[in-house]
Amino acid sequence: MPDDEFSSPSVPSELQEPPLSTELAEDETAAPESDAELTAAAPEVLADSLGDYLTAQWRRIKSGESGALPVIAGLIVIIIFFQLERSKFDSALNLVNLFQQASIYILLGAAQIFALILSEIDLSVGFVLAVGGFTVAELIAPPVNLPWWLGIIGGVGVTAGIGYLQGSLITRLHVPSFVVTLAGLLFFEGVVIELAQIDKHAVGGVMSLDNSSPVYKLVNNNISVAWSWIILVVVIAVYAAVSIRRAARRRATGLAAPPLSVTLFQIAAAAIGGVLLVYVCSINRGLLIPLKGVPYVVPFVGIVLLVYSIFLGRTRLGRYMYAIGGNPEAARRAGINVQHVRRLAFVLSAMTAGIAGLVYLSFLGSISTGVDGGTYTLYAVAAAVIGGASLFGGRGKPLHALLGGLVIAVVYNGLALMGISAAGQFIATAIVLLVAATIDALVRRRGATGV
Amino acid sequence: MSTSDSPATEPVPAAGSNGAPLLELRGITKRFGPVQALTRINLEIPPGQVTALAGDNGAGKSVTIKTIAGLWPPDEGELLWEGNQVHFHGPRDAEAAGITTIYQDLALADNLDIVQNMFLGHEPLERGLLDEAKMELTAKATLQELSVRTIRSIRQPVASLSGGQRQSVAVAKAVMAKAKLVIMDEPTAALGVSQTRTVLSLIKRLASQGVAVMVVSHNLNDVFAVADRIAILYLGHQVAQGPASGFDPSSVVDYMTTGRSTRTAGDGAAGAGKAE
Repeated sequence: MPDDEFSSPSVPSELQEPPLSTELAEDETAAPESDAELTAAAPEVLADSLGDYLTAQWRRIKSGESGALPVIAGLIVIIIFFQLERSKFDSALNLVNLFQQASIYILLGAAQIFALILSEIDLSVGFVLAVGGFTVAELIAPPVNLPWWLGIIGGVGVTAGIGYLQGSLITRLHVPSFVVTLAGLLFFEGVVIELAQIDKHAVGGVMSLDNSSPVYKLVNNNISVAWSWIILVVVIAVYAAVSIRRAARRRATGLAAPPLSVTLFQIAAAAIGGVLLVYVCSINRGLLIPLKGVPYVVPFVGIVLLVYSIFLGRTRLGRYMYAIGGNPEAARRAGINVQHVRRLAFVLSAMTAGIAGLVYLSFLGSISTGVDGGTYTLYAVAAAVIGGASLFGGRGKPLHALLGGLVIAVVYNGLALMGISAAGQFIATAIVLLVAATIDALVRRRGATGV
Repeated sequence: MSTSDSPATEPVPAAGSNGAPLLELRGITKRFGPVQALTRINLEIPPGQVTALAGDNGAGKSVTIKTIAGLWPPDEGELLWEGNQVHFHGPRDAEAAGITTIYQDLALADNLDIVQNMFLGHEPLERGLLDEAKMELTAKATLQELSVRTIRSIRQPVASLSGGQRQSVAVAKAVMAKAKLVIMDEPTAALGVSQTRTVLSLIKRLASQGVAVMVVSHNLNDVFAVADRIAILYLGHQVAQGPASGFDPSSVVDYMTTGRSTRTAGDGAAGAGKAE
């Protein structure tokens, strides 16, 4: 019955006025709110031009509603610092090595973000990584000798199963995720040692990869320079086409769309980043034999993050994760199966840790029982929070893991180049994490009082 | 409320309603152990009108709306929905029938924007992905129908909205869910003067679109500002029911505090009779 009435044209003429009429002042005590509203809405929506967009972004940053820009700025500052301290920092060899290292932190950060969005935490990722790495290594080595791709599926599948188990304990038995995954951290360290003892090929607790294995090549081999450039051009072209077309379509249907200048600005920023990346990788970094090109792991991580971004941003399940992180009761009343989605988050978290384990295995060419899982867990949390995910739930994107993972890798790598001891590296990383978490807490408090 | 854009005294009968109530409660009784929460409540909720359910704390207002919303099935009595007896075994049943309850907490996710909140749990898909354009257009149209004009962008997170704006979003969500009956629990409890005005005019507009609205309140100003009909509960008994014109604030206060009124204005309520 109401359908007909709602679509009927008998709406009083005053209703057809555009929103934002003068009633604002009359109906609402809007003075303090309008400011909060201005900073809250996405700058793309409010901006009419590039200048407006930059002003809106700046207003958001000032109000503590930090987007990605402060992290990028921080990253650049840290890089300049290390560059001034150690001229070796910007050598192509070191930078590519840094990308390879960072890919592990980025994937761990992405794993953690699934838990953080739901205001949960997954402390087990460090040793789930190790279980994933070990499983892949053992499946493709004698005596199992599975093909490499089956080995990868097996390893990632096992870790997804671990996530299902932990998620079930958390959702069914209502044990806090903090406790379940902390137990998981210990448990899987034990499992890794046990795995290494059972397998006689794991000499001294070390499983090594054959250099000819595609698993080894993932991180250590490169896409040829020519192909690197071709792929970059294609990726940027697709990105540009998709974002321009989407904006055009939104404008055509009468929806708020970013002005063309803003879209072009974003495309240009992405293109510059991509060109720098490929350029650095194209410099010969070999000491004896020529070595150049983009390591396979770079597009690999890119694809994983892209898939996660689409999942979180453009599917129902992804949307439900944010909803549960924001207000579980609202999600429940909206008919969302909250426990099912929470369990899925732990599956995705553990599975991503397994993928990180695959990259770890490939990066080192081996995996041992000495994996420092505890530190990796902390780096996972640090990468997510430094990048901009919230410890209080409801906020976090794969992009945050990318930025946070890069920051950790740069700090770790730069301090190592400066010859600073492991102790110093831990302390520095801890301080960076603490600063990020403090900013997170401050933003949250500011947001709470802004309402 | 100077701009009376909705007819408060002459409600628009909804198509096919024939003046019959959309929802009727007959002799609803609810017990919690030894506590008799509701005793033979009779209530009629017609479409296109605002029915205020008034009563002091502990009068049974919350139990009544939770019974209608399907949370607590009644121990005795019948619920007639569009003339047919119904049994709601859970909130999902009531929602499927077309009853939306807006509780005081509004059930909005602060971190999601207005569009995302309005479609939560019912997102339209396009090739497996969320159809953002469709959601945004529908949300925009719904808010415009309700004349919600104070919102700058429907893409701003709900956390940045004022109490009145949040209430508007919750109402728009109910409208979009094609609710035939919207139950609002103390919609103005936490609001300032001007925001209360906004919400009250929103409630009237909702009713003028043919939706039955039931407002639970113990604020008499709000009740008289918005209600076409008033029903009053006292200690689990329904003591008065009738058109708002049959009451005045002092008679309502009498009913709310003592369960009876000797004042003249009470005559108008006599048509509905007393519960006992």
